[in-house]
Amino acid sequence: MSEKIIEIKSIAKKFGLFEAVKDVSFHVNQGDVFGFLGPNGAGKSTTIRCMLSLIKPDSGSIEIFGKSIFTHRNEILSRTGSIIEKPDFYKYLSAYKNLEIFSRLSRVSVGKKEIYNMLDFVGLGGREQDKFSSFSHGMKQRLGIAQTLLHNPDLIVLDEPTTGLDPQGIIDIRNLILRLKNEQHKTVILSSHNLAEIEIICNRMVIINKGVSVVEGDVKALMNNEDLVVRLELSDKDKSKALISSKYPNIQITDINDTSIELPMEKSKISELNKDLVQAGIGIFSIEAKRKLEDYFIKMVNA
Amino acid sequence: MIFIKSIYNEVIKIALKPRSYLGIAAITVLVGVILFALKSDGMSIISFVTSSFEQTLSFEGNVLNGNLVAFIILQMLIVQIPLLIALVTGDLVSGEAAMGTIRLLLTQPISRTQLLLSKFMAGGIYTLIVIVWLGFMSVIMGKMLFGTGDLMVLNSDGLVILQEADVNWRYLGGFLVAFLALFTVSSLSICLSCFTDNSIGPIVTTMSIILLFTIIGTLDVHVFDSVRPFLLTTHMASWRSFFEDPLPIQDIKNSILILFIHNILLISISIYVFNKKDITA
Repeated sequence: MSEKIIEIKSIAKKFGLFEAVKDVSFHVNQGDVFGFLGPNGAGKSTTIRCMLSLIKPDSGSIEIFGKSIFTHRNEILSRTGSIIEKPDFYKYLSAYKNLEIFSRLSRVSVGKKEIYNMLDFVGLGGREQDKFSSFSHGMKQRLGIAQTLLHNPDLIVLDEPTTGLDPQGIIDIRNLILRLKNEQHKTVILSSHNLAEIEIICNRMVIINKGVSVVEGDVKALMNNEDLVVRLELSDKDKSKALISSKYPNIQITDINDTSIELPMEKSKISELNKDLVQAGIGIFSIEAKRKLEDYFIKMVNA
Repeated sequence: MIFIKSIYNEVIKIALKPRSYLGIAAITVLVGVILFALKSDGMSIISFVTSSFEQTLSFEGNVLNGNLVAFIILQMLIVQIPLLIALVTGDLVSGEAAMGTIRLLLTQPISRTQLLLSKFMAGGIYTLIVIVWLGFMSVIMGKMLFGTGDLMVLNSDGLVILQEADVNWRYLGGFLVAFLALFTVSSLSICLSCFTDNSIGPIVTTMSIILLFTIIGTLDVHVFDSVRPFLLTTHMASWRSFFEDPLPIQDIKNSILILFIHNILLISISIYVFNKKDITA
């Protein structure tokens, strides 16, 4: 069994009368790329801020690397890199100067060469001396990633790291996270609204809604408990719908276009459906079975 | 070690922020204007002041010398300097919140107390630079342009004449007390800065407090008699005590003590508030 890097138990936080977090618990194992999901206002940001000691929870416990954040803050933060919400730096300083300032506080000796290498690594080579105020949103995100990785942390917390990035930038960040996991065995917490991204990158996840952790576990295992969504492109859509409805009366069929339909179905029954349609003389142009985190997420949040 | 690095960081941030040079530029321009005015028409101003004594005293030698010019400049400018200090120190904490860098700063492995103290230290270093620049512009430039001589000071007890050789140490003492008073202004603005995420608020509030205290200190109303000795602004003018003869040592000690207590209180409140603060910005 993997070592628990983070263990959060029943944290709660109120701001005045507003309960931002009511009861959030989850754990993150060593080497996990852990997805942190929830709709806007669910309490994700407050929970992440509690983890990083920016906000003190009213109750509950937070242990990182086996130690309480309340008593071993500096030790934990020296092994953690983070971007919270959006990477804000000093507008009047250059990319290099900004990294230099934060690296001084990192407890790890970081030289000029390492800063230049890191800026190059995140795609900001040649822009080292440009002021932060002149950067596009994507470049600011890249600088945030550079700052997060500069002191070689064991735990990386990324809150919406791909916001504002172009498609190539999103792929770069995704590949970077996978490299951090696979090559350097880093533990990554990834909070994102991009559910497809979470589905691709993360091995474990938690869904938070209205300040409460709704579900936590292995992404694949959680998704396996759910029906697949089967999309069929057919020669005769109406005949197919009538056939499916008679054989599977409880299934809800969704029209996609003139030739395609979608329906939820257990994996084991897909081949049988295929056989029935062929035997009825219906041509099948394509059949695609998918399991969508988006659907699962909406189901959990609305539950 | 990390505390020293953090102080260095804070000083660098102040040094690279364009706003920090406003104070230095303002002092340069203001002192330049006063020096120019005194150089062109200073003697007529001096004659106006000395005319009331001319029946009993005769003035000989260089009355409008560098020592007097420096004294006039300090008298005129010491009221404006707190604004220049608060302009920079007032957003040392709230400016980080407004910019969003506070999140990044407070997720570094340095305690909040150390980080805040490093901001106080940096504020102190900036205050020292401003006061040294004011000293250079007033005393050194004054002496270069107007020469040196005995210092003639008019205070509430009458005319005090200090020998030329007896003046320099008084300026040193005066500047040290002025530094302590301005450091207290810096502490006040940093303290206010801990309460808000707005970068302008603490600057305006600091100036308002100084204005209010100055009015309370100036109003000759008995109801304020008990608070007046403890007001920061009462002791901001204590540098002048160094130009009295005999030197009011007890008054100076008293001012230094009260300014120290102000600083300890303001720094303690700041540490408490900053450590309790939830970073939601």
